[in-house]
Amino acid sequence: MKLALGPILYYWDRDTVLKFYEEMAGAPVDIIYLGETVCSRRHLLRLQDYLDMAERLAAAGKEVVLSTQTLIESENDLKTLRKLADNRDFRVEANDMGAVRLLANKMPFVAGSTLNIYNPQTLDMLAGMGATRWVIPVEMSHEALVAVLHNSQSKPETEVFAYGRLPLAFSARCFTARHYNLQKDDCQFKCLDYEDGLTLKTREGQPFLNLNGIQTQSALVYNLIGELDTLQSAGIDVVRISPQAHHTGKILQLFHECMEQRLAPAQALSQIGGLMPAASCNGYWYGKPGLDFIRDKQPAA
Amino acid sequence: MQHDKKIELVCPAGSLPALKTAIDNGADCVYIGFRDDTNARNFTGLNFSFDNAKEGVRYAHAKGKKVLLALNTYPQADNWQRWTKAIDAAAELGMDAVILADPGLMQYAVKTHPGLRLHLSVQGSATNYEAINFYHEMFGIQRAVVPRVLALAQVEQLMAGTGVEIELFGFGGLCVMVEGRCALSSYATGDSPNTRGVCSPPKAVRWQKTPNGLESRLNGILIDRYGTDENTGYPTLCKGRFDVEGETYYAIEEPTSLNTLELLPELIRMGIAAIKIEGRQRSPAYVEQVTKVWRQAIDSCLRDARAFSVKPAWMTELGKVSEGQQQTLGAYYRPWK
Repeated sequence: MKLALGPILYYWDRDTVLKFYEEMAGAPVDIIYLGETVCSRRHLLRLQDYLDMAERLAAAGKEVVLSTQTLIESENDLKTLRKLADNRDFRVEANDMGAVRLLANKMPFVAGSTLNIYNPQTLDMLAGMGATRWVIPVEMSHEALVAVLHNSQSKPETEVFAYGRLPLAFSARCFTARHYNLQKDDCQFKCLDYEDGLTLKTREGQPFLNLNGIQTQSALVYNLIGELDTLQSAGIDVVRISPQAHHTGKILQLFHECMEQRLAPAQALSQIGGLMPAASCNGYWYGKPGLDFIRDKQPAA
Repeated sequence: MQHDKKIELVCPAGSLPALKTAIDNGADCVYIGFRDDTNARNFTGLNFSFDNAKEGVRYAHAKGKKVLLALNTYPQADNWQRWTKAIDAAAELGMDAVILADPGLMQYAVKTHPGLRLHLSVQGSATNYEAINFYHEMFGIQRAVVPRVLALAQVEQLMAGTGVEIELFGFGGLCVMVEGRCALSSYATGDSPNTRGVCSPPKAVRWQKTPNGLESRLNGILIDRYGTDENTGYPTLCKGRFDVEGETYYAIEEPTSLNTLELLPELIRMGIAAIKIEGRQRSPAYVEQVTKVWRQAIDSCLRDARAFSVKPAWMTELGKVSEGQQQTLGAYYRPWK
């Protein structure tokens, strides 16, 4: 199994991003996804900045993939998308069917998680158009995934979102701006103040969701570090870690050591606790509500 | 661009009486679903058996109206055949179109029933013309239902880039999230619109009287708490009151309904092919009221768009059946975002 770093889902200032990827160039990670996938108003880094970073990371031996925006609404969004699709140096992660239209049968691509591939028929069709890898829907269980892989003819690489706050929903509305009674078009870039998002709690204090501009995430951190053996036996090729403001390098290190079987899952789970912005959840993997955390692992199916 | 003045009124029906009511009150099309998780309103006691659907199609066709079948959830490896059988049934029933979201299923429909008309469901999350053209080129979809996230100017831009007919939501429950890309319900309860055809499912709902007020919970998660003088609402999880940095408010969306009646002249001018009314889970009385008002409004607007104005009586009628008795233009009106 290979280790991947997903795109930064939050809005960090330019220097922070550049420093972050300088560090990642030396981190034990095989694949790095780059790009703004959440909001077109976030502009501190432009496409050329990402391409420059991509060059540097590729020179450091990383496989680089450029991720497209997920919600594509305007002609400007499409313009950016076309530039990504026309680049000939790096593979593109398509996070919308509009991106698939531009890439299909022209260039190999990664089929992103929001393409909603729930069955082998859809997977095989996208593989036939050039998808060399797919990222499973966040809500897909281990059992459902095994059934897809068992019935798929094409067998592109399979990637699972295995660590981070889950990107659960996308909206036209910006919930961070709403928190400040601002309209999206005049959001004053409030996302910059929330390096790991803005936690939404129930009225009795339970952390429930995490507001990240137009994206709504889980407040809890999806964490499959204890499930790497089932990921392996299910035939997963790539394990994705989603960047957080602090300790991403250390988290990659723990996953890396676990995957190399130099660290036991129970140990890893106890060590990772202090590095997380919130508690763990893993319910989706067991076909349960996503926010559940199953401690007593069932034997692998 | 088309400036065809015809605009279809597409109304919901969760039962045969609702379907007949919709037709009798002026619907051009009625959309329905079967009694299982092949559609996004998979509620107990709702929807159509094969025989009910057959009678519905007969009734509608006898009056020159259409029936559309929603098969707009995502089949999985272990239940794939339930969806393909539903496609086969749609063809056998003579459905005027099937409304699909899953590309694998579209491929099946095209191969197996080449004459069957396909509409792209709102659950297919197509918010730009490149995506819509993808479905058109691959599967020949003839109409796309667009998610409730675009401003009207964005819809117009989208229409300039595609020849596919566009259907917009005009009235009813409002999804704040891009349909097909929201897993909030499965995060909280295990069941989502994509996989089970439900959002915030009734089986996960609990109401509790407490000293702090009446509480609504979804799988134990506190969604809202009501004072004695407050109207209660169904605990759809994005429409609860939550705490963000010590402030309690409707952090995602108020309990409110979409109502675009005042945009009607603009929608017709733009060449929108159809207006969709949400609410297959609602009663025949809802269907009757909403269909009647929208029929009158569309007819009045088609007669003379310049003289068109929203009658207060229409708004009163629609207000009675709106969620939280509140209405909004949603994302069509850009400042809403």
